Amino acid sequence: MQVHERPALKAEARNLSFFYGQAQALKNINMPIHDRKVTALIGPSGCGKSTYLRSFNRMHDLYPGNRYEGEIRFFPDDTNLLSPEVDPIEVRMRVGMVFQKPNPFPKSIFENVAYGLRVRGERSRRVLDDKVEQALRGAALWDEVKDRLQAPAPPLSGGQQQRLCIARALATDPELLLFDEPTSALDPIATGAIEELIHELKKRVTILIVTHNMQQAARVSDYTAYMYLGEMIEFGRTDELFIKPGDKRTEDYITGRMG
Amino acid sequence: MNPMTSEQIRALIARGKLKDTVFQALGILCLALGLLVIFLLVGDMLLRGLERLNPEFFTSFASRRAAHSGILSAWVGSLLVMLVTAAAAVPLGVAAGIYLEEYARRNWVTGLIEINITNLAAVPSIVYGLLSLGVFVYAFGLGQSILTAGLTLALLILPIVIVATREAIRAIPAMVREGSMAVGATRWQTCRYHIVPYAMPGILTGVIIGLARAIGETAPIVTIGALTFIAFLPPAPFAATGPDGSTAGLFDWAMSPFTVMPIQIFNWTSRPDPAFEANAAAAGFVLMCMVLTMNGLAIWLRYRLRRNLKW
Repeated sequence: MQVHERPALKAEARNLSFFYGQAQALKNINMPIHDRKVTALIGPSGCGKSTYLRSFNRMHDLYPGNRYEGEIRFFPDDTNLLSPEVDPIEVRMRVGMVFQKPNPFPKSIFENVAYGLRVRGERSRRVLDDKVEQALRGAALWDEVKDRLQAPAPPLSGGQQQRLCIARALATDPELLLFDEPTSALDPIATGAIEELIHELKKRVTILIVTHNMQQAARVSDYTAYMYLGEMIEFGRTDELFIKPGDKRTEDYITGRMG
Repeated sequence: MNPMTSEQIRALIARGKLKDTVFQALGILCLALGLLVIFLLVGDMLLRGLERLNPEFFTSFASRRAAHSGILSAWVGSLLVMLVTAAAAVPLGVAAGIYLEEYARRNWVTGLIEINITNLAAVPSIVYGLLSLGVFVYAFGLGQSILTAGLTLALLILPIVIVATREAIRAIPAMVREGSMAVGATRWQTCRYHIVPYAMPGILTGVIIGLARAIGETAPIVTIGALTFIAFLPPAPFAATGPDGSTAGLFDWAMSPFTVMPIQIFNWTSRPDPAFEANAAAAGFVLMCMVLTMNGLAIWLRYRLRRNLKW
């Protein structure tokens, strides 16, 4: 396959369709995810961008009646993430996720970040301490919480909680990090901090982000995909797509005539 | 239509508010009526039994003379039966609840199981007694023992524990579960680290409410053949039992004959000698206190444990 000769790819959706029972939510999507770049998914509500994102870590497998068709190839090992032979848990060990609403566990800050490591059987206190610090530094939260790692996480502010969730995902060194509208529950200042963080993170990890906010897509992403009614309408470099969209529907959306 | 004048608006509001007041008064009346009946019952029992409520009442066995009769074997029996009930119902009920919420696929079989669990909670308790008489006493040969009684009551409160567990699990937001699964946890890890600890306040409340119901049950215990007159305590673990120096085993108490509070009360009320009425009232009051204490404990535990849980 020629894909092997393109090392800049982290993943690629091929003829991906998705069904909630009888209802088809994704229609034959083909799209590359470039390694260590930020790819933004935009489109009106209900267009399937979250459904698409949640296919990358097999989140749909948690609920009955969902069905995938097609493939998501994951590199460098060219695994099909959607293959029934691939355990969804294995997929989630490689692909991290940050949710729309911050969802820290009602446990201490330390335990929130250490959770992924504990799940992987890590028991050494030293390793846990190191990894938790690294992850919190990576999520730009270390300085704010280093003196109260054993304090419960829920009293943190919304922005801090979301960075804690990012640290939780980072602690296990994911290859791909999924963000599902990570700033929709946050104020502008906390949003700015998260966007800055995403910019910093792409040096280490490939990022796929769903956003309602087109300015955010323009600010943080290298590539943008416009989705509409379960279809991938247009995919391209962010600077090109926003300045000169190739499809009339994309143009209508980003200029605010629709959606 | 013309806009209403301010007088009309005020008249409209006044009419609406009148209904408010009437309903509020009615609600308070209903509430007061219910509380009044309970207070009268408990108060009446307390007054009638007051003369018997002294330390000897708790440390004496039942006797032919009302004044010297006590509830020692009854409250010890109730306590031990509850111990067996909890030990059997909690693991079974919690595991079943977790399975139904977290593992079972939604299909017609689980649908049927669900309907049956709800129905089980409505089965008359004497039916459980008959079932246990056949299964535990005769088929398993457990005899008319504390173990049999505990297992019978465990069956009785199993639906309560299962339903409480499921409701507590359902109250946990889906995003907590997804957050756990998203880092690569298995279902079991998610249950162990999150679902069970976060559901614990609700589970404990359900267990205690179930036990509070079980402690007052009489019919199934009578059916399996609890004795009404017991003038000894079940053997304590490793206590000396005979002159030859033999000792009781760790769980010998579970196989001992026994009586429980409601049976003791029932026994006293059916005596022709009216002096026993005071005993029955006093024991009834003690039983009532036990139930209220358990319910209070449930409320306190729920309050304490939920403080640490915020989503």
